[in-house]
Amino acid sequence: MPERLLLTGNHAAAYGAMLSRVEVISAYPITPQTMIVELLSELTASGELPAKFITVESEHSAMAACVGASAAGARAYTATSGQGLALMHEMLHWAVGARLPIVLTNVSRAMAPGWSIWSDQTDILSQRDVGWMMLFAESVQEAQDFVIWMYRVAEQVYLPGMVGMDAFILSHTAEPLIVHDRDRVDAYLPPFEPLYDLDPADPRAYGGLVNRDHYFELRYKVYEAMERAGRLLAEAGEEFADALGRRYAPVEGYMLDDAEYVVMSAGAMTSNVRQAVKDARERGMKVGLLRLVALRPFPFAEVRRLLAGRHKVAVLDRNLSPGHSGIFAQEIRSALSGMPDAPPVYGYVMGIGGRDVRVETVTETLDDLVRRDEPDLALYVGVKGLPIGPVRAFEQIPVPVKVEVAR
Amino acid sequence: MRWPVPEAEHMDPGTLGCQGCGGALSMRLVLKEVGPDAIAVLPACCWSIIDGPWPLHALDIPVFHTAFETAAVVATGIKAAKAMKGEDPTVVAWAGDGGTFDIGLQALSGAAERNEDIVFVCYDNEAYMNTGIQRSSATPAGTWTTTTPEERPEPRPKKDIMGIMAAHRVPYAATATVAYPGDLAHKVQTAVAAKGGMRFLHLLSACPPGWKMAADQAIEAMRRAVQARVFPLYEVRDGRDYTITVWPERNVRLEDYLSLQGRFTPLLADQDMLERVKADVAERWRLLVERHEHSRRLVGTGR
Ligand SMILES: Cc1ncc(C[n+]2csc(CCOP(=O)(O)OP(=O)(O)O)c2C)c(N)n1
Ligand SMILES: [Mg+2]
Repeated sequence: MPERLLLTGNHAAAYGAMLSRVEVISAYPITPQTMIVELLSELTASGELPAKFITVESEHSAMAACVGASAAGARAYTATSGQGLALMHEMLHWAVGARLPIVLTNVSRAMAPGWSIWSDQTDILSQRDVGWMMLFAESVQEAQDFVIWMYRVAEQVYLPGMVGMDAFILSHTAEPLIVHDRDRVDAYLPPFEPLYDLDPADPRAYGGLVNRDHYFELRYKVYEAMERAGRLLAEAGEEFADALGRRYAPVEGYMLDDAEYVVMSAGAMTSNVRQAVKDARERGMKVGLLRLVALRPFPFAEVRRLLAGRHKVAVLDRNLSPGHSGIFAQEIRSALSGMPDAPPVYGYVMGIGGRDVRVETVTETLDDLVRRDEPDLALYVGVKGLPIGPVRAFEQIPVPVKVEVAR
Repeated sequence: MRWPVPEAEHMDPGTLGCQGCGGALSMRLVLKEVGPDAIAVLPACCWSIIDGPWPLHALDIPVFHTAFETAAVVATGIKAAKAMKGEDPTVVAWAGDGGTFDIGLQALSGAAERNEDIVFVCYDNEAYMNTGIQRSSATPAGTWTTTTPEERPEPRPKKDIMGIMAAHRVPYAATATVAYPGDLAHKVQTAVAAKGGMRFLHLLSACPPGWKMAADQAIEAMRRAVQARVFPLYEVRDGRDYTITVWPERNVRLEDYLSLQGRFTPLLADQDMLERVKADVAERWRLLVERHEHSRRLVGTGR
């Protein structure tokens, strides 16, 4: 019988790793992810999870250790957040080029300075173009299940994948969690079979010098694998239902059937968005929710199908690419580009650095969406003293502060 | 020390090493003792090139190329995976001085402190040679490199990497050079046999283009480095038991070592600096001999 426990998102992620029978874990503490590292330390120390835990001296090394372990044929796992993910960046690329199906959980937090441990997805979205698959969990259950789902696909296409979860809202919130039976997970996720093994009896060189006559083809294979991953992710999400009782998909729709307005969101704040959509329906607004579960590979066909012909689309971004707009908004705009019945995309930026995104925040945003005539790249919601709207020039240009010191 | 050279070769001829490359020769001799049941990890360094472009590969052990600063920790990850599978190959991290003293120091320190079951070999050519002879923290005082030009030669002494490794109390650390192949072989054998913890080998490796000398002077330069006490050959066990393995017997002056190489032109032209470097070499040698003698006195004391 599967167990039903009350657990936080962090502990659920650790359970996801345990159920996946990871063999090498290498991780470094960072708030708000630390509980994952701590629980995995306990599980490996007690023997409940037979795996090596390497207590490295940095996240760069955590990813490097996973790279080594995965190249030598072990299922490798790590977890991090914000600064730690940024520090890993170089090795995230290595995992892709070396075709290593490592899975990592990132608890999204705001980037310093100023130091902030609060929710903000700019950290994970800054890794968008590296070549990792990316899933965004909304619930504690998904924080566990997506690790399993991700390994299943990663090991079919030999690409790594990360599962995003939001700081505190998910990492530290306890919800009921169904911990699946291990043998059922085993049936869903067979043991990792490496493409190649670092075997002294088979002395090959991996990742050495490649010239212009080969590099493109090596990368072309990565692009091809990512294309394939799109299909496999959808299939594996369906099969999850048969094997473990829950159906997952790269895109999820809610109240979309007759919706004129669609609001798009990803991650934990989607729960409040869903509530706001329900409330708005009760007030008579024809609105629905499109939740993006997978950012990479991007589910183009699904997104286009679900958004075609709508009146307006609002994209809620808890992140920002300065000089452009919210990153999800950019993604949705590019997905719709060239589609004859594409709706206008209104980018809303909110919740930066952990500022609350309440149901009311979303409700106000929906009201703004209805009223506003022209879409904007980025409309800021919840900046102190400002109504929802595009960025405003400061009245005073900041000047360097000079302090006179008496000598 | 006599050395019955193992006949088996684990490195093919035709590598991309320059003539007289100490790093290439080091690999060849080290692998003779490490044997075929091994895996090498190569961070960015000249050896990323020497092994050959894809699909060529000069060694008959697997090589995993990795990022510049990660040799020690990627080796750790490989070893962990192999241990989970019940396999026990020798995992050798093979890095240049940049990948050891500088950018690789953090991961190396982590692996050393955790006493990971790997062999870390630093082939030290005293600069970043892959990128065209820039200084590293292994570059000795008074040296010319492209980032320490003649007008502003390297002002600081070489970093004491062996001291740093000893401070981590690693079970085995040793200096060696292919100019003393018997001594080198003995140390590699010792390192390979000392399974279960971190082993560190610091190999002085001449680079004729970077040291500005003729290729056929490489062995002589490394030999003189030992004889002039610039690069003493010794072992450290558990970070405290020091043994000098090769005692200088030829009367080689510091200048005899320096003048073989064009890179020391600034040092030879600066009498003050030369005196300071001489004093430093003498002082370090005296300290090393003291440690050696101190360790001998402790033999049998049960420490
Ligand atoms: C993060 C990073 N920074 C810089 C480089 C460029 N780089 C490649 S090899 C190298 C120097 C290597 O020096 P060393 O470790 O002494 O080895 P050598 O080339 O002398 O054999 C540098 C700077 C790199 N590959 N990665
Ligand atoms: Mg070097």
